[in-house]
This record gives sequence, C-alpha cells and structure tokens, in this order.
Amino acid sequence: MNPTVLTILHFLQTWWVELTCGVVIVAVVPLVAGYVVLLERKLMADMQARLGPMRVGPHGLLQPIADAVKLLIKEDIIPAESDKFIFWLAPVISMVAALTSMGAVAFGPAFQVARDINIGILFVLGVSSLGFLGIILGGWASNSHYSILGALRSTAQLVSYETAGGLAIISALLLSGTLKISAIVQAQYDQHAWFIFLAPVAGFIYLVASIAETNRAPFDLPEAESELVAGYMTEYSGFRWALYFLGEYANMIVVGSIATTLFLGGWLRPFPNVHWLNWLDFLPAVIIALVGVYCIYRAGKQPVKVQTGFMWAVALGCFAVAFVFAALWLLHLFHRFGVLIPLNLDFILPGLNGAFWFLLKVSGYIYVFMWLRFTLPRYRFDQLMHLGWYILIPLAIINVFAVGISMLLEANGVNRWIGMVLTTVLVLAAAVFLVRWHDQRTESASTASLTPDSYAG
Amino acid sequence: MPGFAKTSASKAVSKKGNLGNTLHDDALQNNGTLLGADELVLNMGPQHPSTHGVLRVKLKLDGERVRGTECVIGYLHRGVEKIAENRTYQQFAPYVDRMDYVAAISNGLGYCEAVEKLLNVEAPPRARVIRTILTELQRIASHLVWLGTHALDIGALTPLFYCMREREEILKVFEKYCGARLTTHAFRIGGLQYESYDGFEKDVERFCNDFERRIQEYVDLLTGNSIWIGRTRNVGVLNAADCIALGASGPILRAAGVKWDLRKAQPYASYDQYKFEIPVGTNGDTYDRYMVRIEEMRQSRLICLQAIEKIPEGAIMGKVGKVIKPPAGEIYHSIEAPKGILGYYIVSDATTQPYRVRVRPPSFINLQALDKMVRGHLVADVVAIIGTLDIVLGEVDR
Repeated sequence: MNPTVLTILHFLQTWWVELTCGVVIVAVVPLVAGYVVLLERKLMADMQARLGPMRVGPHGLLQPIADAVKLLIKEDIIPAESDKFIFWLAPVISMVAALTSMGAVAFGPAFQVARDINIGILFVLGVSSLGFLGIILGGWASNSHYSILGALRSTAQLVSYETAGGLAIISALLLSGTLKISAIVQAQYDQHAWFIFLAPVAGFIYLVASIAETNRAPFDLPEAESELVAGYMTEYSGFRWALYFLGEYANMIVVGSIATTLFLGGWLRPFPNVHWLNWLDFLPAVIIALVGVYCIYRAGKQPVKVQTGFMWAVALGCFAVAFVFAALWLLHLFHRFGVLIPLNLDFILPGLNGAFWFLLKVSGYIYVFMWLRFTLPRYRFDQLMHLGWYILIPLAIINVFAVGISMLLEANGVNRWIGMVLTTVLVLAAAVFLVRWHDQRTESASTASLTPDSYAG
Repeated sequence: MPGFAKTSASKAVSKKGNLGNTLHDDALQNNGTLLGADELVLNMGPQHPSTHGVLRVKLKLDGERVRGTECVIGYLHRGVEKIAENRTYQQFAPYVDRMDYVAAISNGLGYCEAVEKLLNVEAPPRARVIRTILTELQRIASHLVWLGTHALDIGALTPLFYCMREREEILKVFEKYCGARLTTHAFRIGGLQYESYDGFEKDVERFCNDFERRIQEYVDLLTGNSIWIGRTRNVGVLNAADCIALGASGPILRAAGVKWDLRKAQPYASYDQYKFEIPVGTNGDTYDRYMVRIEEMRQSRLICLQAIEKIPEGAIMGKVGKVIKPPAGEIYHSIEAPKGILGYYIVSDATTQPYRVRVRPPSFINLQALDKMVRGHLVADVVAIIGTLDIVLGEVDR
C-alpha cells in the first residue's frame, strides 16, 4: 500500500479517540454555550420581573440557534485601520484555547473528554489562560481606544487573579497530592470529604478568582458595557464576535469544571462513602423524571398547540433518559444479587451517574456566577486591583500555609476536623485584618487627597 | 531636556504611592502624565451606552485617569426657544414637553404657570392640587429613571427593571388622565383641560401605598452594598460653594448640604399646603446625591398622599380667553423640577405670540459641573458622574 495512506491509517488508528473527542467538542460545546446564554437570559429575566426570550420556539428554546444563524449571516466587518491578520486571529485563539482546555476535563469516571493526562489540572489552567492572548491581541489589533483600554484592563486582571486563583488551587492540590484529574477526585473519595470542606477559604478564593478570570460581573471590567462600550470586543461583529462570546461561555464551563473537580468532589455523588445512602444513585433517574413531570404539568398551560406538543416531546425525552438510568440501576441491582448480564455495568452506570452529578455541580457553580452578575454593581479598576493584591493574594498565601499546617497536625494525630476549623478560623481572622488594614489605608489616602483643590476649573 | 524633567517629576509622584480613591494632583500640577507618556484622547459619545443620550465627552486620559474633559453638546438641538417665537402661547405648550422628556409634566407646569403669571391669572384651587399630584408623580418617575440608569452605569443590572416596573404604574395614571404617557401635555394655560378621571385618587393611593415597599427593595440592593459605596463615596465631590458658583441646583445642590428647594422657598402650585422635608446631604458626593434622591421619592410620595386627601371641588379652568394675548412685559418664573431649578423667562410684545422665550434648563447648567467633578477620577467614574448629574439631553440641547 501507499506509504502515505499507511501513515494516515496508522495515525487514525492511534488517535481516533482523541480525534472523535475533538469533533464532539467542536460540535457540542458551542451549542451548550449557546444554551447557557439562554439559561442566563431566562434567569436574569426571572430575577428582573420580566419574561426574557419568548418568541423563537416555546419559551425561547430555539433562541440560541436563531442567534447563531443571525451572527453567521451578518456582514463581516474588519476596521480599515486594524491589523487585519491579528484581528482575524485573536477570536480564534480565544475560542481554541477554551475548547482545547475542555479536552482534559473529565465529566465522569467513564467520560474523560480526551485523555486523563497526569498533569490534567496544570494543562487546563495553562491552556485556558492562553485565551487571554486572544483578548489582548484583539484589543490591540482593533486600533480603537475602547478596545485597547479593555485589553489593558484584561491583562492586568489576568495577572492579578490568576495568581490568587492558582494559589487557591495549590491548597486543593496539597490535599490531593496529585495533578491528575481522576486521582484528585479519587483522593476526595478516599479522604471521605470534598475539599471545599477541608479548605473552605481556598474554595471561596477560587470562586472569586474564577469570576474575574472569566470576565464576569462584578469583575467584567474588560468589557464593561457602560464604560468601554464592549471593551476589547468593541470593533468585532458577526461571527468573530460570536467566537469571543462562545469562548467566554465555554471558559465558564471550564472553570466550573475545575472548581467541581478540585473542591466539589467531581463526579462523586453526595456522601459517596456512606453505603446505606447507596439509594442516592437512583436520584438522577428521579430528578430527570421529575423534570419530565413538570413539563407535562406546564404543557396543559401553553397557549399554543405547537408549544404544548413541544413540552410533551421534552417530557418524553426526559422520561426516556430517566428510564435508561433506572433500567441500568435495576440491572446493577440484579447483577449484585447474582443475575449475570453481559454488560460492563460497573463501568456504564457510575459513568452516567457521575456525569449527571458533575454537570449538576457545574450548573450550580455557573448559577452562582449568574446570580452575582444580576445582583452586584461593578468594581472599579483600582478597587479590583486592590481586592486582588491587598486581600486575595495574601489571603491565598496564608491559606496555603494553613492547609499545610492542618495536614501536618493530622499527620501528628490531631483530628483533622479540629485542625481544619482551627486553621480556617486563623485564616478568617487574617482576612478580617487584611480588609480592615486596607480600608484604613484607602480611607486616609482619600481624605488626604480630596482636600486640595488647586487644579480646579 | 524638558522631556526628561517631566519624567523625573512624575517619578517622584509615583514614589509617594497614592493609591485608592486618590487624585494624582501632583502629577497634574506638573503638567505631565504619570509615566511621562502622551495623553490619550477618548471620544465618549455621542453613541455610547452611558452618556444618557447624545452627549459627547472628549476625555483626556492618563492611562485611565481623567486629566480633563470637553463636552460637545447640540446633537439634539431643535431650536425650541426659537420655535416659541413663531407659535401662539397655547401652541408652544406641547413643545416644552420635549425638552426634559423624562419629566414632561414638570416642564408643562413651569411653562403654564409662567404664562399665567404673565396674564396675571391664577389656576383654580382644584386645578392646582391636581397639578401638584401629577407633578410629584412625575418627579418620582423621573427619579426612577435616574436610579435605574445610574445603577446600570455602575454595573447593577437589576434595579433598572424594578424602577421601570414602578414607573409603569405612574405612566398608567398619566395615560388614564390625559391619554399620553411620555410627552403628556397634561396642563393648559389657566388650569386643566381634563377633569380627573373616576378612581384617580384610588390609583394614586394604591401606587403610593405600594411604593413604600418598593423603595425598600432598591435600598436593599444598593444602599448598604460595599461595592456600591466604594463606587459612589468620594466620587465626583461638589461642595456647596462650587455648586453655587456653577449654578448647580436640585439634588446636586442639596446633596452638598444647601437646603434650597423652590417648593419651600417660593411655593407654587399648592405646595404651601403640604408638610414635607427637604433632604440634604453632607459631602456632596455621588453617594449623597443618591441618598437625597431616594429620600425625595419618599417625600414626593407623602405629598401625593396628603394631596389626594383633600382635592377641592370646583372649576378646573381659570378665566383665560380663547385667544391668549398677554400685556407687553416680561416675566421669569421658576419651579423645582426633578433635576433642579427650571425657569422660564418670557417676553411679551402684546401679541398672541411670545417675543422671546428663554428656558433655564437644570440639566444644561448642572452639566457644567462635569469637568470639575471628573478631574483626577477614572474612566469608570466618568460614567458614574454623568449618571449622578441626571441630565437629559433633550433639555441640555433644547
């Protein structure tokens, strides 16, 4: 055979899993991101006493698709004075970084997206940080003042909050002792506790830092609409803009996955070690079925026949998925009582259940993001920097030591919960001190500087 | 080498390490930027999400710090004052609604009262009380628009929709009363054209009773929020002397601690009959202006409640002929509009058309304080300060 064909065949044979994963990521993640956007708009509407998208499809369920089509057929505008190649490249970098980092995320013991590499967390962090390159380049290439200000803010924000976030992650890595994603989750299983309970302050710091890293309110300064119009995206329109947008939401899913893996027990269900709670494995089926029941309940109240039909379809889909979950669970039970089924159930059921719990936790994490966005005003840039450098980073450093001390105490025979509570109290005291100190500092600085008035007029 | 000298001077400044809510006044005095670099001129507006219309501000920036501003106005200029010279007194009345379109009723009240003063007639008591109620509702509506957009500028998305929800109730009352919601033309020279509708008092009372609870929602979201306080405290300070020197009026003046409200100082309509407080601030910063306006909404609510208690019976139109032909002369009449002192100066040459109409628009004059308020602050504060000035470009440009 032709050696070239052979090489290609060999390549495919070696890498077919990864290639399939790549295709799946590229196909699925933008869709998911689109629906996260819809979910956000719906939640925002709910909190703001309005309905949100209602026109395209029942309850606006087809809105993301309509938006995508609209963005695809929009005129592609590249500003005349821009650096055209980099202008083209920047959103691609943003999107590629977000999608690539999805590759190492694991949704369950059986759902490692691409490969369970032994530096999993490091890989995800590193690659997702590259996304900022896209933002900075895009801001620079646009040749617009708003864009460059947004890009500058973004750079400074990245440097400040990656540091704090990284230090928070170190606390969790100290506890797990590994960078491998599956091993981190396994460590939480073995230690009988999610790391959020062993290092609560680190979890909180990571939450704050990840909001800042994904440019979400109240830290959305790089694209602060009321100040910089759209920040680094000001000159972008159409599908280039959509790439940035999707990259941002894909990034939210990535940081949600990291937080879930590190702090919220990954794909473990609540109380994974308690055997009399094993019936919780049945919960995914019940929850999905309940969603279906709710859809049927709502179906009767739809004003239009099409919508009623759609709700029924969604309900039936839910029931089908719930049935699969339930059937697998029942088969699993039979299996345990000696009935042999020619299926590797120990592999499939935990995989499906794990994916369910994992996605539930990620959704919860993203929900917190959205909730904060609708509630809080935006920080100013100097305040953001102060929060990062004067409070979060020192606190994260102190917390690394605190976690280390509590591990040392545990190694020396002290009950680890006592050690955890002690060190956490110490860290919180440090936090109060830091905030007080910083407040006093800015207070005296601002009263001193506001008195002279020499340059007025 | 002048360039070198500039750099070393600014280095000395950065060593001092002024961080936080500070103004780099030394750097400004030395007439050099912090790093000795060129200024960045940022063109904010006329198409910008937060310049509240078509205001254009040229910002001279040192990094993100504002070293100076230049306002470019006139994008919404329609020549309202000139139009007045070619219209009869009645014909001009709807035009004033288009100046401050967020508070059209207040504009109408000022104009109608000014012409009445010129004619030397008075609106009957019933008309004056109904005018007061509608004007106070309009003040609440105007402040709600301010609050929503101001919070949106600072990044809080949700209050806007709550504010619009309450404003909707007020606009419904307007719609029931005169058929229009925004540019209402609710009043006529000499009184009112329309009687109040059945259930007017009930509608106003229901709104007022609800509103107490609603204000608390905004207060819960914003007043104690440390980000909100951080964004508004010591931002855009304008003290009493500066306010008076610049002619700033309304909540801006009161937030600086000056208790000056024309509703008390020179009562018009039927304000002398009601008990209400004039809220004042102490620092004259953005936070104080926020607090003053929130409290003003509460006071307006109280005025409305007092007014609907006893609306006198009687005529709603004073003795004004079909053709309005005031005697030759001039008149200045000012009222306390939601945004400040709104004055009308009208010169009559004893014809049916005014010889000259000059408006003292509160937004236009308050806007002059912008440069003084933003110097030394950051770009984000510019947006907050434009918001706190509560300008309406229809009124600035006329």
